[in-house]
Amino acid sequence: MAYSPHTDADRERMLAAIGVASVDDLFADIPSSVRPTSFELPPPMVEQQVRAELARLANLNRIPEISFLGAGAYRHLIPSVVWEVIGRSEFSTSYTPYQPEVSQGTLQSIYEFQSLICELTGMEVATASHYDGATATAEAALMACRLTHRDRIAISSAVNPQLRRVLATYCSGPGIQIVEVPADLAEGGSGLTLVGAAAAVLDEGVACLIVQHPNFFGGLEPMLELGDAAHAVGAQLVAVVEPVSLAMLEPPGAYGADLVAAEGQPLGIPLSYGGPYVGLMAAPMSAVRQMPGRLVGATHDVEGRRGYVLTLQAREQHIRREKAASNICTNQALCALAATAYLSAVGPRGLSEVAELSTVQARHLAAAIEEAGLGERRFSAPYFSEVAVRVPDAARRHAALAEQGIVAGHPLWRDYAELGDTLLLAATELTSDEHVERLVDALKATA
Amino acid sequence: MSIAEGPTAADDASGRGAAFHSSPGGEELTIVERLIFDASREGRRGVRFPQPSSRAQEAAAGQPALPASAMRSQAPRLPEVSELDLLRHFNRLAHLNYAIDLNFYPLGSCTMKYNPKVNEWAARLPGFAESHPLDPDALAQGSLAVEWLLAEQLKEISGFSAVSLQPAAGAQGELTGLLMARAYHRARGESGQRTKVLVPDSAHGTNPATATMVGYTAVTIPSNDRGGIDLEALRAALGPDVAALMITNPSTLGIFEDQIDQVITAVKAAGAIAYMDGANLNAILGRFRPGEAGFDVMHFNLHKTFSTPHGGGGPGAGPVGVSQRLEPFLPVPLPTLVEGDADEVRRDAWDGRSTPGARFALDWDRPQSIGKVRMYTGNVGMFVRAYTYIRSNGAEGLREISDDAVLAANYLRVGLADAYDLPYDRICKHEVVFSGRRQKRQHGVTTLDIAKAILDAGIHPPTIYFPLIVEEALMIEPTETESLETLDRFIGVMQRIADQATTDPDALRKAPLTTPVGRLDEASAARRPDLRWRSESRAW
Repeated sequence: MAYSPHTDADRERMLAAIGVASVDDLFADIPSSVRPTSFELPPPMVEQQVRAELARLANLNRIPEISFLGAGAYRHLIPSVVWEVIGRSEFSTSYTPYQPEVSQGTLQSIYEFQSLICELTGMEVATASHYDGATATAEAALMACRLTHRDRIAISSAVNPQLRRVLATYCSGPGIQIVEVPADLAEGGSGLTLVGAAAAVLDEGVACLIVQHPNFFGGLEPMLELGDAAHAVGAQLVAVVEPVSLAMLEPPGAYGADLVAAEGQPLGIPLSYGGPYVGLMAAPMSAVRQMPGRLVGATHDVEGRRGYVLTLQAREQHIRREKAASNICTNQALCALAATAYLSAVGPRGLSEVAELSTVQARHLAAAIEEAGLGERRFSAPYFSEVAVRVPDAARRHAALAEQGIVAGHPLWRDYAELGDTLLLAATELTSDEHVERLVDALKATA
Repeated sequence: MSIAEGPTAADDASGRGAAFHSSPGGEELTIVERLIFDASREGRRGVRFPQPSSRAQEAAAGQPALPASAMRSQAPRLPEVSELDLLRHFNRLAHLNYAIDLNFYPLGSCTMKYNPKVNEWAARLPGFAESHPLDPDALAQGSLAVEWLLAEQLKEISGFSAVSLQPAAGAQGELTGLLMARAYHRARGESGQRTKVLVPDSAHGTNPATATMVGYTAVTIPSNDRGGIDLEALRAALGPDVAALMITNPSTLGIFEDQIDQVITAVKAAGAIAYMDGANLNAILGRFRPGEAGFDVMHFNLHKTFSTPHGGGGPGAGPVGVSQRLEPFLPVPLPTLVEGDADEVRRDAWDGRSTPGARFALDWDRPQSIGKVRMYTGNVGMFVRAYTYIRSNGAEGLREISDDAVLAANYLRVGLADAYDLPYDRICKHEVVFSGRRQKRQHGVTTLDIAKAILDAGIHPPTIYFPLIVEEALMIEPTETESLETLDRFIGVMQRIADQATTDPDALRKAPLTTPVGRLDEASAARRPDLRWRSESRAW
């Protein structure tokens, strides 16, 4: 074993103490009929060899020189100090803080995380985190069903398609029906959720309306009107948001969202081909006892010192078993720590700068493509930092650019038949003027 | 004393924290760290970003502006701190934490083994860390290769015919497994009648909670007096209304189900799915392959068996292995080798070579799939670490892991048998469950008191009060990476505490005295929840 501390003499001493002749005797209770017939795995490697093997595999990935890919996961600067914090092994090699007296570091950082998410979203309470934005949304939808005692969910088709698939899986468990609310994808359309269509599907059997804002196409949804439509029938408004945008956009708590879910990856978490990320969920205090997952609260110790503990655990599986609010056990504590360190490192001004730069570069990008006559914006509504652009012969050109190390966004036709030749292009603070220029040149060259 | 009037770090002269870190600066290093919000000063800056160029701004001006009605009127009250203040804050918080990298962490059921640092090196390689989940397959061959190779290795380790890496954690692996079980019954037209999931009384709470999430009714099966599942009770409960049995093996008592062959046979004869909770796989590598033994589905915990860091409570990763009959129902997408010979690619990887012409892709075209359980393909950062770990150990290393883990647990079992009650006194696997009932009945010292006294010895306590079927349970999992000296020291500490329970029980009830804070009032935390900082609240 690569990390064994035991010498042969140690093992002999342990066997003698136990009173068995060999380690095999400790496995004698495995019935002979079910013992393995095969265990063919590669031979061990020392560090020098294993590094070479992992470097070989990492090099098989071709990290694009320039990428406009977003669609739910975003390339942002991860400040060095954030890497430093999450690299502290007092955080990374601890576990769920079951013994609070020796876990105040983790517990306080989660309390700070919950506070930061409340500040961003304008909500009263946030959980200690979820697996990702999609499972946080699914858990929020199930929570809305518990709160309203209803068993149908309405969701806009302008919500991230992969997220909608996760929601469908979670809802299939308890048999919750999902109704889709169409977005205006017609030629010259806004690309936004149709308020009238939402009102038409909402009735007193619907637990919640789920809307993403900015939506999957980057568009700013009429959240107030959609919330009114949901509230008119006693349904909840579940807002799926993007945390960087909340530096500029009105927080969900201000436009009447009942529950908020988000993917926290943009807050200092590497892309890592999709995970680990961190799901955010926030709610009003009145709903706290129906929230799934861990919560940390402040309290005091026997001598009156302030301290933090896992709290309201009567909601959770290890206490409630089959009656729990969810089966969730772990959260994504280390990713939540990265988000906490990130938000503290950039502060309100830094987050604003990131958001501002992203919106400006998205506009720069759209304008440059339009001015060069290479394509046109597909939707009319104002957008945040992602924009849907129709480019003739997009599939071929997208592939040709990828060959050159330029990823020209996310092909929308894969999930939306109406959106042929349409690419979803994302900008962040890392998008430079030169990137925009080179995209335009490369598109020209493939015309 | 109310919280608001509590002493602050500055006047804390109790010497708390001494067991966990030495403070060269003495009283200047606060033991209680203020909230980051309380360190904030308006206008102070940490990380800065460039301004958009005038060219970008001019171009942007022609595009639709962000409507004023959608904008927030007040900036979020994020802390305004310098980078150094930020770093000190988190480093101080780190000092308040216990961790594997500091000392022994025998937390039963959690497999707190050493997390090798080369795994971290690998996960941070830019080739992996900067790979976007929606990058075209052609650009993501490295990530896909790791996923495919890891899945192949997990198949060989577990004896299952296919593996999905997608579930984000063990509990999500359970959800995935039961959804596949239901899809299987549905495909056979039996989903209406099969409504129950059988769960032993020693199971993790996630098992019954998962059954509920899938719309099943959890039915508890008792354990027998040897700590195994009661086979007769199981047989009596099995019928055409049962969808699945979820069983942890070795059980949460650390005991291998020595009638596991009969358990599997009975479950399958009833037409139900045999689910194995793989939380305790660290005990049986190379000794028992659940898939080969006849189980239909199992989740792995990469953060337990395969050494990915627990991170203070995540991220983990909970891949599922399945038998052939569940394969059609696996989540999408599935990383697949679409060009090249699988045996050749596997062999080449053994030798650290890339196979010319091999090509991987994501297979989305699986019509019977249960769908997606999370975004993208899973916690890929964890897959890189687990793959690194498997390659470092190789076949013989993996076998040795389980041998040494079981050896260590049995060494503790024998070493502590006089000091504490052992409700199931037989050879255990990777963990051993004692009872503190003697100490409670004879001296009024609870298992909680014992756990807190262990903290004062500078060691993290075992899992306590679980499994539920053991009174005053102390569930100890030493893992294979702890030296004999550490195990001996732990035995010494546990014996001393047992002695102290007879001579000075009051002292144990006051523990811990050396930790950064003392016992915390959990009841008032739940009664009056304070779950966030508020700008209007008093500074500490």
